[in-house]
Amino acid sequence: MAVVLDSSEINRALKRIAHEIIERNKGTSNLVLMGIPTRGAALSTRLAKVLSDLEGQPVEHGTLDTTMYRDDLRGSAPRTLAKTEIPAGGVHEKEVVLVDDVLFSGRTIRAALDALAEHGRPKSVQLAVLIDRGHRELPIRADFVGKNVPTNRSERVSVKLVEIDGADEVQIEGRP
Amino acid sequence: MTTHLLSIKDLTKENALNILDTAEELARITETPVKKLPTLRGRTIVNLFFEDSTRTRISFEAAAKRLSADVINFSAKGSSLSKGESLKDTALTLQAMGADGVVIRHPASGAAQRLADQKWMTGSVINAGDGTHEHPTQALLDAFTIRQHLKQSQGDLSGLRVAIVGDVLHSRVARSNVHLLEKLGAKVTLVAPPTLLPVAVESWKVAVRYDFDEELNEYDVVMMLRVQRERMDEAFFPSEREYSRRFGLNGERLSKLSKDCLVMHPGPMNRGLEISADSADSSKSVIVDQVRNGVAVRMATLYLLLGGN
Repeated sequence: MAVVLDSSEINRALKRIAHEIIERNKGTSNLVLMGIPTRGAALSTRLAKVLSDLEGQPVEHGTLDTTMYRDDLRGSAPRTLAKTEIPAGGVHEKEVVLVDDVLFSGRTIRAALDALAEHGRPKSVQLAVLIDRGHRELPIRADFVGKNVPTNRSERVSVKLVEIDGADEVQIEGRP
Repeated sequence: MTTHLLSIKDLTKENALNILDTAEELARITETPVKKLPTLRGRTIVNLFFEDSTRTRISFEAAAKRLSADVINFSAKGSSLSKGESLKDTALTLQAMGADGVVIRHPASGAAQRLADQKWMTGSVINAGDGTHEHPTQALLDAFTIRQHLKQSQGDLSGLRVAIVGDVLHSRVARSNVHLLEKLGAKVTLVAPPTLLPVAVESWKVAVRYDFDEELNEYDVVMMLRVQRERMDEAFFPSEREYSRRFGLNGERLSKLSKDCLVMHPGPMNRGLEISADSADSSKSVIVDQVRNGVAVRMATLYLLLGGN
């Protein structure tokens, strides 16, 4: 098992992503972060904190469950639903940043775009991920990436976060 | 989860809680402007109703449509069923039409089980009431409603005392509720005249009372059952007036219930018989919530049965 990011590297990556988000959107006033459960939601809460510390004003953030919009539900056991929480200000006409832990096939993000569209028409949708491991099956790319990690399809990227797993660490499993 | 939902007895406590938790999320989503989810797009669900129903059929239809499934309504009146077509031939027809799920209501106990066991068709079977046997989705929506009001929509129903009052003998709702409430940790008391209790009631894990007024103030939930006159071909009680006086929920009994006690009824109500109009319309009544929650619970059931493989 190879460690790709440790705790301090994860924090540094989030800080850099926060700066890039501010730079791209010229501040955070019209920004909404939407985390994709489970670990993307935890990351978006952290990112919101970093952003509000940097800019000195709170940043709207919520969670977006993509389960009911997935195109790969058939052929596997039904997934348990996670919470969707849209911030009070909604997503309509906002600069929305989707936040997830790992970008792989892109199918989760496609489902997230569909789910998001049900709640309004954002001014723009951007994507922030902690790890981009490649192997896209759809024309989707991330705007903000913590770390690009070339992987083999058979490998597994395991993201652990303090909020859920008790420790911060990103590992690759199944690498010889 | 299994392929079919035939009875509460088939479910584990975890299965039941999973349905309730899923329904909770779906209820939250459908409260927002999002009324429709694409999850079951391209799936066909057949509502096969051999017995009259308003609430259950409409509720299943709404649930299926909110998940973008195609719905075919098939009722005994006005179809070949009224010409005497057998359940088998009906099932073969549904199979040929490519039904992914069949919601069946039938006057004979065990009809849903038979449809599922006989391999006449490959789709999932959901029991929407079979004779005097079970009505699992009604019990699930009742548990959902109780949990919503008394447990902040979290966990099981442990510690709650539920009275199920009236025609237990003919009630599939009561049967499903007894099994589910027990699984979820609630204590059930059946209140009914001896003539309206099933034969083997002592084998159920419930208390039995013949007097409604005993312990009336100790219940957290009072679930009134409909007097099923259409299933009664003999005299089970002397007169409707006497039944109403001894086992009906009237204004006087309503005032003796504890402060947070919920009044429930699976519908359709015989107002003035088992429940008085002021009880049905009181602030303790959650009868309208039961109907509303039915859609979310049935969406959860359809998703968990048909959403996967």
